[in-house]
Amino acid sequence: MIERIKVGMASCGIAAGADEVKDFLDQKLKDREDIEILEVGCIGHCYAEPLVEVETESGSVFFENVEPTEEYLDKILEIDKESTMSFRDERTGREHLKVTKLAGRIDPVSLQEYIENGGYESLKKVAKMSPDKIVEEVKTSGLRGRGGGGFPTGLKWSFLASKEADKKILICNADEGDPGAFMDRSMMESVPHQVIEGMLIAALATGSNELFIYARAEYPLAVKNMNIAIEQVYDSDINVFDGETIDVTVKEGAGAFVCGEETAMIHSLEGNRGNPRYRPPYPTDEGYKGHPTLINNVETFANVPIIFEEGGEKYAELGTENSKGTKLFALAGDLKYAGLVEVPMGLTIGEVVYDMGGAERGEVKAVQIGGPSGGCIPAKHFDVPIDYDSLESLGAIMGSGGLIVIGSGRCMVETARYFLEFTTKESCGKCTFCRIGTKRMLETLERITSGEGTLEDIDFLEDLGPKVIDASLCGLGQTAPNPVLSTLRYFKDEYLAHVEDKHCPALQCNDLVDIYLDQEICIECGQCIKNCPVDAISDDFVVDNETCTRCNTCIEVCPVDAISRVKRGDTNE
Amino acid sequence: MEVIKSLEKDRSNLIKAIQMVQEEYGYISDKSIENISEYFGIPTVEVEGVLSFYAQFKRTAPGEYKIAVCDGTACHIKGSSRVKNWLVEDLGIDDGETTEDGLFSMETVACLGCCSLAPVVSINGKVYGKLDREKLLKIIDDYRNRGEN
Repeated sequence: MIERIKVGMASCGIAAGADEVKDFLDQKLKDREDIEILEVGCIGHCYAEPLVEVETESGSVFFENVEPTEEYLDKILEIDKESTMSFRDERTGREHLKVTKLAGRIDPVSLQEYIENGGYESLKKVAKMSPDKIVEEVKTSGLRGRGGGGFPTGLKWSFLASKEADKKILICNADEGDPGAFMDRSMMESVPHQVIEGMLIAALATGSNELFIYARAEYPLAVKNMNIAIEQVYDSDINVFDGETIDVTVKEGAGAFVCGEETAMIHSLEGNRGNPRYRPPYPTDEGYKGHPTLINNVETFANVPIIFEEGGEKYAELGTENSKGTKLFALAGDLKYAGLVEVPMGLTIGEVVYDMGGAERGEVKAVQIGGPSGGCIPAKHFDVPIDYDSLESLGAIMGSGGLIVIGSGRCMVETARYFLEFTTKESCGKCTFCRIGTKRMLETLERITSGEGTLEDIDFLEDLGPKVIDASLCGLGQTAPNPVLSTLRYFKDEYLAHVEDKHCPALQCNDLVDIYLDQEICIECGQCIKNCPVDAISDDFVVDNETCTRCNTCIEVCPVDAISRVKRGDTNE
Repeated sequence: MEVIKSLEKDRSNLIKAIQMVQEEYGYISDKSIENISEYFGIPTVEVEGVLSFYAQFKRTAPGEYKIAVCDGTACHIKGSSRVKNWLVEDLGIDDGETTEDGLFSMETVACLGCCSLAPVVSINGKVYGKLDREKLLKIIDDYRNRGEN
């Protein structure tokens, strides 16, 4: 018997059409009072969205890529059904669901469901403990900040706990701005109560009485779910301890990547421009409006209830010597199964990329880890375990969890240029080297990808990069050159090919590529001529590379693969 | 100021206030800046300074028809810069500007998520895909005539 039908309705599910699926099911099943249709969050299998889970008395059945049609409805309602979705052992065997174990399994905005699944039990436990004991337990767990820096969480808490002040502030950093990262969005959309529980535990440990969640304005569903959850917390007095209420408020950012930096975030919360400032004083000494302030990331807070559920020692059993627990990664790029994965620290990059993500061995050049602040790691180093220290030794960082797979068809110079374009735009302009240095680096990369680069340009990048790192105040400038420096470290041959041979080995950089139509193969069907948006193909099937915009439409429509991208000038062979 | 009167007059609510005003009027006018500045008792230059820092805030009134030119990866390689140029020529406005008659405004956006239809623009949220010059100018003309009637 069907008990409940759950539709994955985090932002990614909605973009894939989960809205229509839910509406369709609601309408078709409106007379079936025995079946409850529920909106849930994200279970991390983005490639399979829209995703429907049918709960029966004998367990759950999953349906992937569901469409709002009678055909799918019949499949869903069949009693002896089989899942159309198979959870691949390559993934399930390696993932370790702790932080995300409730994500996508419960109604995100139902306090009751969260409690039925053990929610707020950790908070109850903690309420009976002394602040010292709470901090000690977090130290024992070995939890380190999940936002990128990897600072030991317990130690950070102890700084704030030791302060004597009437007012202490706690901020949840939910300003997830890296292109390709969506771990924090997913947690806030799927299990908002878990994030709040982690924050309340931190408040008790540190004596904080005012809590903020600084969220991106671009995350409307996350903001909505957090606000509903906060209202429920107030209604049930969950945030009241010994008659004292701990205030929790969501504050929306206004579109500035640099506000992910803690001092910039504090300025923004105070109603100022989001410029970072010099530290010390550290926020734990002097933060929001001068009060001692602590900032942790969404995923860090979401880990906290788990620590008290199983105990710090047990928590620390998973992972490597200096990196404990699990890490969420947003897998994207050139791979088969994009999505959100939770893996134990110490798993190798290869296991995540090839086995869990389904990327083809031999077809992957590198991964970009940590987004625009991170670096690339070439495939030859994929046997390296994922932990804070190993990644740093390769010139990359753990970062917040964006993991973009770069296939062999992608140009590393162009990839570096893309990330630097992002950081250049987002530089707040306070430090000269970040403001102008990143701009000069970007211009240099643009020269190289357009075939106008020189060997001096490469030297210039190698010289300027470290200077930008040294002369910038905050994490944005200190990490902005990383994508350039790490691609120079591992893929210098690609830079040299662009500069010396005016050749893009991946045939991606448009200025270095011509389109060639092989008339030996061509069957003269005329599809290319018909579809070319700029009429660059003549009636006798010759491509005019002066007019052509390299949009690839002809290559995609050609039924016999007669058209290809070639090195510029190689069209006469 | 009516829209923000529920806010406590504390500097930390400044960004929230600007967001509320933009939500109401679609942009932040000089007059709005004066009103916000008066409400919080902070100089107008500081209000302007804060709002100009954040990408979310707009200082020009959007047109009746808001054109968003998609410059996501797929549209970019399918010639979104040409699409934009056709609009610049036809409307006489650049990125972020509004025509004098207040009918059209244009901005480039990151990705509208309709990559299979590239290149695309959206007008007041409705997406038009697989554009060429002729098709685009006809769409614009249709809106223009609608505005006149």
